[in-house]
Amino acid sequence: MTEIIVVTSGKGGVGKTTTSASLACGLARRGKKVAVIDFDIGLRNLDLIMGCERRVVYDFVNVIQGECTLRQALIKDKRLDTLYVLAASQTRDKEALSSEGVRRVFDELTADGFDFIVADSPAGIEKGAHLAMYFADRAVVVVNPEVSSVRDSDRILGLLSSKTLRAEQNNGQVKEHLLLTRYSPKRVATGEMMSVGDVKEILGLDVVGVVPESADVLAASNAGIPVILNEDSDVSRAYEDAVARLLGETVPLRFVDEPKRGFFARMFGG
Amino acid sequence: MGLLALFRRSPPSAHVAKERLRIIVQQERNARGGGPDYLPLLRRELLEVIRKYVNVDPAAVQINVEREDGQEVLEFSVALPEKAR
Ligand SMILES: Nc1ncnc2c1ncn2[C@@H]1O[C@H](COP(=O)(O)OP(=O)(O)OP(=O)(O)O)[C@@H](O)[C@H]1O
Ligand SMILES: [Mg+2]
Repeated sequence: MTEIIVVTSGKGGVGKTTTSASLACGLARRGKKVAVIDFDIGLRNLDLIMGCERRVVYDFVNVIQGECTLRQALIKDKRLDTLYVLAASQTRDKEALSSEGVRRVFDELTADGFDFIVADSPAGIEKGAHLAMYFADRAVVVVNPEVSSVRDSDRILGLLSSKTLRAEQNNGQVKEHLLLTRYSPKRVATGEMMSVGDVKEILGLDVVGVVPESADVLAASNAGIPVILNEDSDVSRAYEDAVARLLGETVPLRFVDEPKRGFFARMFGG
Repeated sequence: MGLLALFRRSPPSAHVAKERLRIIVQQERNARGGGPDYLPLLRRELLEVIRKYVNVDPAAVQINVEREDGQEVLEFSVALPEKAR
């Protein structure tokens, strides 16, 4: 069975593409056959984060419009055998996507034996975001611990429970998960940033991951290597934990508390 | 964190953020179907009536539908301004 996971947020720039790339890699590294699809038509970025931008010949819109086959457009990852990327079109607008077209692509991936489809949603609540979530079985709602991001994500939750195929067909709920990212335990400790508990309580979601704020993310995007593949990074471990939870494992939260410092460090430290 | 910071209370801005979100998220959930669709109108009309007597701020009027043991409860509160009491 193929599971369709949408990575969505409402607000822009919170870390959807970073998260989509890392979750897709993490799932593939565990032997799952994964397709990660960029729904951000006109503003494609997933190819850069995945490091395959120079190998894009055909894109998602080409497939939907019948200008190539799905097989021709899927880019096989060079690092992980079971991982494929479908790039967004850079030149067309989001009207080029249709729900019929998206369904055909998803059906073909299902017939091809993919275990997971990861849909990297564009920001906003318009057509692209709508289509990215429409067929989803699960949603990873990416949130920053900041008021506008939390509010927007709640609007997305509203759409997930009304404007999806599952909602329309009364076919159970889209399973929703909270992924809190750009988290700074230090600022939480000083009361400057909402804690994971605060956000969880407001949104009423289960937490699939807490990813710390880190310069490793920029370094990874500079290099075109999804950050989960940087084994030395806490961000990688945090995404690895999220992947485990998506697969149903119970893993305690890490990187949510400030590292303990001694009394003298606190007295005189910077 | 230096010596002084041990004694100074840090600004609890996260706490303020959480309170504001709790209220606005609840209100927006009600507005989009968590509650009956007459809620926004009811809130506006109530506000007008109350303002005939006391000059309250729109933010002072809270109206919510809470679900308790299968029962729906319409919850309504008005915070009066200091001087009006
Ligand atoms: N954990 C993190 N620590 C530091 N920076 C991060 C983290 N996660 C994401 N970023 C940075 O935030 C920016 C936005 O990330 P990303 O492109 O993944 O967001 P997005 O939600 O996909 O944006 P858009 O809405 O434009 O599609 C990038 O510059 C990225 O490097
Ligand atoms: Mg993006």
